[in-house]
Amino acid sequence: MTVSPNSVPALELSGLEKSFGPMKIIRGIDLDIPSGERHAVIGPNGAGKSTLFHLISGHYRPSGGTVKLHGDDITGLQPELIARRGLSRSFQVTNIFPQLSVWENVRCATLWAMGYKYSFWRNVESLTDARERTEQILTEINMLDRWNMPAGVLAYAEQRALEIGLAIASNADTILLDEPMAGMSHGETEHMVGLIRQVSENRTLLMIEHDMSVVFDLADRISVLVYGEVIASDTPERIKANPAVQQAYLGTEVV
Amino acid sequence: MNQKIDTRIPALPSGRRSSFLARYGIWIVVAIVLAGLPYVFSSGLALSTMCMMGTMIIFALSYNMLLGQTGLLSFGHAVFFGLGGFLTAWAMNAVVGTDSPLPLFLFPIIGGFTGLVFGVIFGAVSTRRSGTAFAMITLGIAELVSSSALILRHFFGGEEGITVDRTDMIHLFGLSFGPQIQVYYLIAVWCLISATAMYALTCTPFGRICNAVRDNAERVRFIGYNTQTVRFMAFSLSGLFAGIGGGLAAINFEIMNSAQMGVGESGAVILMTYIGGIGNFAGPIIGAVVVTYLQLMLSDITDVWQLYFGLLFIGMVMYAPNGLAGLLALQQPLLQTRQLHRVAPYYALALAPGLVAITGLSMVIEMTYQLSVKTAAGPAMEFFGVTFNANVPLPWIIAVVLFAAGVWLFLRAARLAGHVYSEAVTWRKMP
Repeated sequence: MTVSPNSVPALELSGLEKSFGPMKIIRGIDLDIPSGERHAVIGPNGAGKSTLFHLISGHYRPSGGTVKLHGDDITGLQPELIARRGLSRSFQVTNIFPQLSVWENVRCATLWAMGYKYSFWRNVESLTDARERTEQILTEINMLDRWNMPAGVLAYAEQRALEIGLAIASNADTILLDEPMAGMSHGETEHMVGLIRQVSENRTLLMIEHDMSVVFDLADRISVLVYGEVIASDTPERIKANPAVQQAYLGTEVV
Repeated sequence: MNQKIDTRIPALPSGRRSSFLARYGIWIVVAIVLAGLPYVFSSGLALSTMCMMGTMIIFALSYNMLLGQTGLLSFGHAVFFGLGGFLTAWAMNAVVGTDSPLPLFLFPIIGGFTGLVFGVIFGAVSTRRSGTAFAMITLGIAELVSSSALILRHFFGGEEGITVDRTDMIHLFGLSFGPQIQVYYLIAVWCLISATAMYALTCTPFGRICNAVRDNAERVRFIGYNTQTVRFMAFSLSGLFAGIGGGLAAINFEIMNSAQMGVGESGAVILMTYIGGIGNFAGPIIGAVVVTYLQLMLSDITDVWQLYFGLLFIGMVMYAPNGLAGLLALQQPLLQTRQLHRVAPYYALALAPGLVAITGLSMVIEMTYQLSVKTAAGPAMEFFGVTFNANVPLPWIIAVVLFAAGVWLFLRAARLAGHVYSEAVTWRKMP
């Protein structure tokens, strides 16, 4: 984290709102995430955490407010345009290319950033830089030995790791991970924490997570989302101590 | 996750360009086979059948760029085949007698260009949507073009269609294209060019992203791609190759008819592609060859051949969704472990009652047809060389027994074959 405190935040949300019909799901969120920070979003079910991610990544169009990425307004842009600006994400429900091999999954995610775009005149196998990048990503997520398996037949934990691979393959500097540890065993979770710590090195990370031990272990700062509003945004220690947070969300779970 | 069956890391795709033979060997073999086929099947009927197959191979491969590669179900692909054919026909008629230097073998380019232009036009509309909405729009386009054929009677030639004379071009290298054999080689060369080009397309960044769109279009957007652009490009390019196929059909038949771009023809290409197998590049080739052959053969022996196609299609969709190519691909692990000889007898064992069941079923179909449609001919009919009266109970009982017994035995034998198959596939892993 070599970022000076005065520099432009990686992500800047101001007055962000989202309504579905009469239902206000996100009610005015203001949040700055400095470059290089590992930031966790926690909150009870239905608080609007995933909706918030969908608003930032372009999946949904905000009803009000703005999203800025490195100072540029990206509010309401199409997902692909946001992805090209260096923001990538994973999904709460495993979201990969099931019929493609692990290798092909990751390589597809590298292609746009490598500048190959819609190229239909180059042989994909001859693209040395894409091949090297793919190999590097697979090494990072520790899946090199699975490279030629169809992604759809992988074990659940492996698919989740592949999701992380897809998120970092484009060399995005800001990554959003939506419950990367959901449904994992204890051992798998530990492995995943190490992986996330490693891939978020030199990147800005925003993640949703339910596992409190993971959150307090990984995050530099935590925001607590309740009914579409951020009720607190602070360091893990202060979040633990915050009476409003304890009352609204943590209850007696956290000692 | 900890139980790894095989701890060796399979060799990663190497960056080195593989040898010339490894890269192009298969296409050289295909070229030699295409060149040699007329020496094996030299009759006039065989030649014209192979010419038809060639155009259909291009057509089916171009359709699979949409269905198999990009996951787009189009009900109007014959539009591009037909328009490519009509424009080629008009271009040929335009240069007749003008001493134009254009030799015949360049005319499929006009078909391809037409297909591309209309692919761009119709693609701009239809690929704005995906899934069911896309399918409905293509159906609308198919109807639109079919009905405009009834209005623009001058251009589409009404009921009779547009006729051409392929021999009336400049005879470059002394090729008149009068004899069918010369047309065969013209189609074979274009078929090879188109198939190679379409295969090469699958090996490009664009081709891989098409596969990603097929698998999970929403996810593709988050890796930076506009899925509408991907669909549009795939649609336009498949129009180009369908147009080449249509141009060759115009040259081959020397007539273009508006039926060739109707919904029926669009359905036929779905049938071919699906029966061949959409998950494999070779699938549509197999489908085009098999379906074209069956069409010609069945229409010779029965009037209700389309009914059999419907049954075949339903059967394939239900029991072999990966098509004939998928069934062949299943045998690959057996070849690798040299176990095919163990399973093959069981395939034969299943095939025999299967044929019996089909015989029983087709007997019912033919007898029904004889009694309901061919009433003027009376109840006396011939089936497999046996003459009998369809209006008495005995042949019906025989047919039903054949069918029921065939199905029952087939299911048992198929289960047995499946059992032996899985045993043979896992054979190597046994201690």
